[in-house]
Amino acid sequence: MRALAVVARVLSQLRRDPRTVALIVCVPMLLETLLKEIFADRPEVFQHTGAPLLGLFPFVTMFLVTSITMLRERTTGTLERLMASPLRKLDLLAGYGGAFAVVAVFQAGAVSALGFGALGLEVAGPKVLVAALAVGNAVLGTALGLFVSAFAETEFQAVQFMPAIVFPQILLCGLLVGRGQMADWLRWISDALPLTYAYDALAHTAADTLDGRFALDVGVVCGCILLALSLGAATLRRRTG
Amino acid sequence: MSRSTPAACLLTTRRALNILRVMNSSTEELHGPAVRVKGLRVVRGGNVVLPDLSCEVEGGRVTGMLGPSGSGKSTFLRTVVGVQRVAGGTVEVLGRPAGSPALRARVGYMTQAPSVYGDLTIRENLRFFARVLGAPGSAVQKAIDEVSLIEFGDRVVNRLSGGQRARVSLAAALLGSPELLVLDEPTVGLDPVLRRDLWTLFHQLASDGRTLLVSSHVMDEADRCDALLLLRDGRLLAQDTPAAIRARTGAEQLDEAFLRLVES
Repeated sequence: MRALAVVARVLSQLRRDPRTVALIVCVPMLLETLLKEIFADRPEVFQHTGAPLLGLFPFVTMFLVTSITMLRERTTGTLERLMASPLRKLDLLAGYGGAFAVVAVFQAGAVSALGFGALGLEVAGPKVLVAALAVGNAVLGTALGLFVSAFAETEFQAVQFMPAIVFPQILLCGLLVGRGQMADWLRWISDALPLTYAYDALAHTAADTLDGRFALDVGVVCGCILLALSLGAATLRRRTG
Repeated sequence: MSRSTPAACLLTTRRALNILRVMNSSTEELHGPAVRVKGLRVVRGGNVVLPDLSCEVEGGRVTGMLGPSGSGKSTFLRTVVGVQRVAGGTVEVLGRPAGSPALRARVGYMTQAPSVYGDLTIRENLRFFARVLGAPGSAVQKAIDEVSLIEFGDRVVNRLSGGQRARVSLAAALLGSPELLVLDEPTVGLDPVLRRDLWTLFHQLASDGRTLLVSSHVMDEADRCDALLLLRDGRLLAQDTPAAIRARTGAEQLDEAFLRLVES
């Protein structure tokens, strides 16, 4: 019940900030369009990377939005008020995860409609699964954002966590260069990063090879969400110095 | 319906005894200390803020914690609420160790900087905090009325003045009718009329049996309190009623009394 209160509150905060909502929904649509246009003479590239990218956008957006929102909660004293209240840490984290999953539904819905509609993106597997994985990745981004916000003292630092934590995962997940072509040590690092599994699940959906490896991917992503949320809970202290 | 059977008599007696027992325990809570602090030591960032503090806060009264800024008032209040890490000593609140989960719904806390969401309206803020506390929806309007923000209920907090924002924060602390209210400088920057209204509210709450612990760095507010804790450099200069402190120091004004206590 209290987690629902947090969901409602975060969503009303977003409703008061239509510009952010517009950016969350429109920027991925713009990028998806650009991706198609820059590879206009090599449409197979867009067909290959379009769907995975669509599924990874929410991860990036929600990571950034969540880490800033949570940092603000820490610096304005509202977190101290909440930690003095009967609210459980899990309620707070679940509330954030739930609220940004709702936002991700809209984001993924809009980008999917554009990609699979006007841009003519084709996938062999179910399109709705691509969108569902996108929402799951949004929750992963939220969970990681909640955790890393504990290590930022200012919004400048929080913004820098994006290139520090998100970009290496995008480079190593297999989207730009197949993992088979990477040096061993890079592949080992790639094995340890959650986005690798998020990408792999999307690639398997696009190719309609929903096999055991796909199930493993989804399992690992879910496990990472739970791990990040419990690490995030550990950074929420009722008592501070 | 016959009430004269022995069983019914027994039932009535038992009920009467129960009522007596309940009354007894509540008077005990009213007149016993709501907060009991022994040998409290707090270190923040390598600095000893409170070296060794012992005091009591009586239930059902307005106790003022007065002292200059930097004297450790906020740190002390944070300890009572249970959000401050403590290096030593004991802090007991409503009969339990400060910060106990069971206390979280019984203690209302207003931080020094207004801790409400700037991008939400007053009503949205209070509705959220009421749901977190498990307070009924009617508590929201009541709290808005109590801090005299009736005509601003649907205004976004960021568009309010500093004093209005502080009152939203106070309203959030009033939700759920907590038994102990810990208010960190609730009247700072407010105009004299509002200040008077808030002090009237504090005394009303106290006469309902609630306990208030209010900090201020403005000495002229000391006279509005039932009891005082005078703090300087993390040490308690005095702990008494304003009248007793005046009598003891022979000073007319409490400002002067504070000076005499420092110099003695």
